[in-house]
Amino acid sequence: MNQTPYNRVKLARDNKRPTGLDYIRNIFKGFIELHGDRRFGDDPAIVGGIARLEGSPVTVIAIEKGHTAKERARRNFGAPGPEGYRKALRLMKQAEKFGRPVICLIDTSGACCDVGAEERGQGQAIAENLTELSTLCVPIVSILIGEGGSGGALALAVADRVWMLENAIYSVISPEGCASILWKDAAYAETAAASLKLTAEDAMSLGVIEQILSENDIGKKEFYTRIRSLLAEEIQTLGRDPDLVGKRYDRFRRIGADVMESRFS
Amino acid sequence: MALIHFLKPKNKLEEGGRSAALVHQDEGEPEKNCPNCHKDIPLSRLWANHMVCACGYHFRMKARQRLHMIADKNSFHELYSDICSLDPLRFPGYQDKLETVRSVSNENEAVLCGTASIGRQHCCIFIMEPYFMMGSMGAAVGEKITALFEYAARQRMPVIGFTVSGGARMQEGLLSLMQMAKTSAAVKRHSDAGLLYIAVLTDPTTGGVTASFAMEADIILAEPEATVGFAGKRVIEQTTKKALPKGFQKAESVLEHGFIDEIVPRSSQKKLLAELLRIHGGTS
Repeated sequence: MNQTPYNRVKLARDNKRPTGLDYIRNIFKGFIELHGDRRFGDDPAIVGGIARLEGSPVTVIAIEKGHTAKERARRNFGAPGPEGYRKALRLMKQAEKFGRPVICLIDTSGACCDVGAEERGQGQAIAENLTELSTLCVPIVSILIGEGGSGGALALAVADRVWMLENAIYSVISPEGCASILWKDAAYAETAAASLKLTAEDAMSLGVIEQILSENDIGKKEFYTRIRSLLAEEIQTLGRDPDLVGKRYDRFRRIGADVMESRFS
Repeated sequence: MALIHFLKPKNKLEEGGRSAALVHQDEGEPEKNCPNCHKDIPLSRLWANHMVCACGYHFRMKARQRLHMIADKNSFHELYSDICSLDPLRFPGYQDKLETVRSVSNENEAVLCGTASIGRQHCCIFIMEPYFMMGSMGAAVGEKITALFEYAARQRMPVIGFTVSGGARMQEGLLSLMQMAKTSAAVKRHSDAGLLYIAVLTDPTTGGVTASFAMEADIILAEPEATVGFAGKRVIEQTTKKALPKGFQKAESVLEHGFIDEIVPRSSQKKLLAELLRIHGGTS
């Protein structure tokens, strides 16, 4: 498919795209949802729990946007607050305790930005996920299924493998946000989308992701079957690696290391 | 608590105005208007007071001026000064912006790293530069901070970090975002080695820096009235279409919500940092 970057942004945001829960229902068996962060509340924008992947128990965490207007409002349009990230971390720590691999499905325009989220430490919650995930002793595979909006997406993507759907996006800022800061006009969103290099192909060439998943049969049975077997295979491979955490460190350590220069030396 | 209180300035004079009367003011000297008390202050007096107005207002401060205030004389040894960002995405206008900012700020990048002594306590130190694209974090900033934490872990040294940042540098796109994960992993390794990291949040500390190494320290201090938050105030107002509460995202309110250990004015920072370094196994 030959799409402009901004068309990709629109596709990634499309209400009709499968959401986190669609993936959970179709890829895994016997999903048992576990609620709450044990600190303050339960964030409906993040769904987490235990399920079976080709028979083996895994912990699954998904950002859920919802399909209908009512559901989307209830899920806060897939914008998690600190409680969501703390719930995700709690479930990942639980996965580590019981030796279960972790699979994250990411689809958010960004972390929730309101007064309450700030006052309850949105920045601290994301930061804690980044540090804790970097040393979690079980395999982590994250898939960007729609929007990968900035720190709110990264908080679930400090993983051994990061994959993207063909029309998913991954960006440090929304094209509209970037346009309004740099060019004082959100109408430049198309230019910003092209400049930010936010498509799956861009992420691949920047060394940020390992695989792009085709959307030819998106939402169909074969689509989910394919992702299921890719996940099962990858998790088996990762599970055999005695230096999982060391390699995860190196995976992020090298990103950006070749886009600097040493001046005056 | 008790220790920190004893280190706090006893009065306004000690806090900011200590040398106010001692500095000679030339006629026609440039002045800066204080946004808090609205008085004009001669620049030389501000400099002598570490950019703090007699009313206690903390002006923004260049990284090297801050270093001069905090580190013992001639103790600073700069590291990674040659690392600076290229324009990996060929982002419109970024190359020109970098060149302008480099010549205006006289710095290569938005963070200054090295080793220094604070009250004879040896440590690694990083100070972010507000006059370099508002301390925004691109690949070079992430690389320098990561390398510093790795160096500190190898040398078994504590890290003191002064943050000021508008967040990730959008002109480097995803590569900037990934620096949050990269720096956080290095902070974690340093922490797991049992080593001390103290962050001092200065105005403003926001976005991707708040959501990574600013909030990951063992002890988090902040300057009075510093803005500390994740999302920008304007974005929140536009999203929620509601007025923000008074003092929102000010260090004082962030402390009240439990995310900062203490607010420390500049006049007390050196003494407190030295004492914290001593307590955590520094040289006595």
